[in-house]
Amino acid sequence: MADIASTLPAENTLGQGLSRGRLALIFVAVAVVMTIARYLGVLPEALFRLPESMIPPFAIWLDAIFNFIKDDLGLIAVTRWLTEGLQWLLDVTANLLFGKRRWPNIGPIPWTAIAAVAGVIGYYLGGWRMALLGAGTFMWTALIGQWKIAMETMSVLVVAAPLAFVIGITLGILAWKKPWVDRALKPILSVLQTLPFFTYLLPAVIFFKVGPTAGAVATTIYAIPPMILMTTLGLQKVSPEVVEAGNMSGCTKWQLLRHVYIPSARTEILVGVNQVIMLCLAMVVLTAFIGMPGLGAKLLAMMGSFKLGRSFEIGVTIVLLAVMLDRMSKAWVVKQPEHFEKGTPWWKRHAMLLIGVGLFVFFVILSRFVPEAQELGRKQNFSQGKEIDTLIKAFLNIDAVKATTGFLRAFLNVQVLIPFRNFLLSIPTPALILLVTAFALWLGGRKQAILAALFFSLVALSGWWDRSVITLYSVLSAVALAALIGLPIAILAARSDKWSKRVLLVCDTAQTFPSFVYLIPAIMLFGITDIAVIFSILIFAMVPLVRYTIEGLRTVPSEMTEAADMSGATRMQKLFSVQLPLALPVMAVGFNQAIMFAFFMVIIAAFIGTQDLGQELQRTLAGTDMGKNFVLGICVSLMALTFDMTLLKWANDQKKALGLE
Amino acid sequence: MKRFTTALCAGVLAAMPMAALAEDSSDPIVIPIHNWSSQIVMSHVVGQIFESIGNNVEFVTTDSQAVYESVRLGDVALELEVWEGAFGASFRAALEKGGLHDAGDHNAVTREDWWYPMWTKDACPGLPSWEALNDCAEIFATAETGDKGRYLDGPVDWLKHGQERVEALGMDFVVVNAGSAAALWAEIGAAEADKKPVVVFNWTPNFAEAVWPGEFVEFPEWVEGCDKDPAVGPNPNALYDCGNPAKGYLKKAAWDGMKDKWPGAYDILTKISFTNPQIAEMAKLVDVDEMEPEEAAEAWLEANPDVWQGWISS
Repeated sequence: MADIASTLPAENTLGQGLSRGRLALIFVAVAVVMTIARYLGVLPEALFRLPESMIPPFAIWLDAIFNFIKDDLGLIAVTRWLTEGLQWLLDVTANLLFGKRRWPNIGPIPWTAIAAVAGVIGYYLGGWRMALLGAGTFMWTALIGQWKIAMETMSVLVVAAPLAFVIGITLGILAWKKPWVDRALKPILSVLQTLPFFTYLLPAVIFFKVGPTAGAVATTIYAIPPMILMTTLGLQKVSPEVVEAGNMSGCTKWQLLRHVYIPSARTEILVGVNQVIMLCLAMVVLTAFIGMPGLGAKLLAMMGSFKLGRSFEIGVTIVLLAVMLDRMSKAWVVKQPEHFEKGTPWWKRHAMLLIGVGLFVFFVILSRFVPEAQELGRKQNFSQGKEIDTLIKAFLNIDAVKATTGFLRAFLNVQVLIPFRNFLLSIPTPALILLVTAFALWLGGRKQAILAALFFSLVALSGWWDRSVITLYSVLSAVALAALIGLPIAILAARSDKWSKRVLLVCDTAQTFPSFVYLIPAIMLFGITDIAVIFSILIFAMVPLVRYTIEGLRTVPSEMTEAADMSGATRMQKLFSVQLPLALPVMAVGFNQAIMFAFFMVIIAAFIGTQDLGQELQRTLAGTDMGKNFVLGICVSLMALTFDMTLLKWANDQKKALGLE
Repeated sequence: MKRFTTALCAGVLAAMPMAALAEDSSDPIVIPIHNWSSQIVMSHVVGQIFESIGNNVEFVTTDSQAVYESVRLGDVALELEVWEGAFGASFRAALEKGGLHDAGDHNAVTREDWWYPMWTKDACPGLPSWEALNDCAEIFATAETGDKGRYLDGPVDWLKHGQERVEALGMDFVVVNAGSAAALWAEIGAAEADKKPVVVFNWTPNFAEAVWPGEFVEFPEWVEGCDKDPAVGPNPNALYDCGNPAKGYLKKAAWDGMKDKWPGAYDILTKISFTNPQIAEMAKLVDVDEMEPEEAAEAWLEANPDVWQGWISS
């Protein structure tokens, strides 16, 4: 982080900056002195780690509060009542999609019919290519023998996503109308976005019963925040002239909202919808921990019996579903509403709808006579699980691969990572808090510094300091390595349009591919070590780094690069003195995202075997230890928030200073 | 009232083939499934037996520790694999809170302990004795453990006390905890290619036996109190100085309300008893023969009618 920041002096925010920098230096100096004192053995034990006796029993307090809300206030009765309703909805979709024996008892819809409809929708939104993607995804799913489990997943998603949309848009409108709602929501949303998903899962189970209901609730909650943000953003951007026009034509408040504001904010709202869908898919595997059936549960079961090939295929299905839904919803954003001339016949205006319905009916009837059109049965699928197994194992067994990983394990792990971890752990608690505060002060500002100090002090008070430091260590190491690998790739790719596109496509895929799938190859490559953990975080963290760096470099104003060319700068000079500095604010956002992703992934990496907060979180999931679960979750959230606010503040300051906004 | 009549009709219709069991409710019997194959197939086997007597059955995926809470509350009706070592504690805790009860043991016994795949024996011929294992500790060394051997224990939350045992018996091993069962398999799978010796935590019955033949390390035999009284076992000053019990139970658990709601199914549940080879066979159908769990259950039922038909007929 430090070297990036130093390329642009942080002091350009007037005289205040100087004192800020100096204060930060003083903090660092104090921290260094304390650490040296610790090494010399003269630092009192109480200053090294907070004594056990001073740690307040947050978990017990939280448990008491939860129990009070749950039982005494009767929240559980309310939620269990809601569960019934949700269960009914889920039963309906479950019946339609995979034939669960519930009302209305007409399902399952044959796979051919669903694939055909997806094709028509695809054609409507984006022509033949999209049609192929839509129908192709469902055909792949059926042919690979995952139809039923994929539909189990879809039956929950088709409830959770609209639910998240409705709640999100409602809250978004409220937040835009009433400033106090906005003020109340902002901090909650920031925490929600950084809270590890394991922390959502446990309350979901307790209040909404293990199984698809809890899965739907956790998915919904996870997907709401971007919907709220995008709705508010879109509504705020509506130009006053349009509103004026609405007022002049005598709209009521509701009409104004329905016919003026929402259509004008259409683009942002649809981007929100796209985000909702993506986040819902991201939860597919994670909610399997709390009994959500479908692709995720199958993936975990496959991993539990060491079937790399089959779990890889499930990963591909999830990516295809994600890519399909992503592309379709994005096409919907771009597609402007069609307007027909007056007098166009009904069937012409709704031609696509009619074709869709027609094909649907055709395949439903066809499936009565051709069983393959209804369902592919035993031994009819084309799964290549075993073959992929062999392939993966053969790859991992190539001598060059083994030599590389052996070297990495011996050098990077033993010489670099483990000493770095031990060093971080050897820093006294107050000194580390000071270091983080100094970082926030230097990059962000006074407000960020105060919050950083407060947040990390809370982490210290939580009693999980060592585990938090190990979590932080994994995150920092992974992001640093991701930068080392990702930045050169991004810089090279940004030089041409073609390569930018290709690399971005890889990024998209890597992001939606369920991270669980590469945990096992990571272990097989590196064993159960820190490096396997960091490797799996790295893959995930590299995505935003690469993406934002490419974007940052490609949006550098062409006048700037031309000016550099004219003054005879070499390619390197141009890159380092013009392009990178200008792209830096955008890249900082990428860094921030990378850190957030890393905090997300480090919890999943507990699956490999870590000694951090993730491991403890995973442990709480099996029980009913809600208090502890929350304390751990909040620790992760607080650390992530510290970086989030500092880096975003810095990026904004830089953008202003560079006149990019 | 109308709903009641419908339910009654459905119940009567559903129970037609078995007049004696007319009182079984038509509500679906919810059976929990977890993330290992033998349990999933066994659950489907039992589910299909229930269906054959006219019950409705549904499956729900749950966590294998949290499931006892769900059984207790009646969210799920039963649990077919209660392992003494792995889930004994959760089961007993739920038992004390009330709401579920012990529905009898399977014939199968369970064992969980230090284990090695057969190829390890080539490098360390004295196995399976634990002293021999300790003598060749250095062949289990990794880049991180220096000259000590590495023992890969189960996830910390399984509470397997590997560390305590290493200390109690003075072994030259470093204990590393895997994060999940999948992580254990990945390590064995990675070692398989060049037959690298490994010693890891494992248990039986599970699919691994079919994929990687292996043996358990023989530690000083389990004596009652080894985990509570330091005096018990070879080291007079330490706990956990012996191996795990070689014959742990494998139980079934039932929700207290199951008996009244589905007496017919409950009766079958108490009679169900699978043996180790039967369980291994179920796991093999999925893990080696690549069947889907439902198909595997069908296939197993077709192949073994004499095993299960006796549980229904009486």
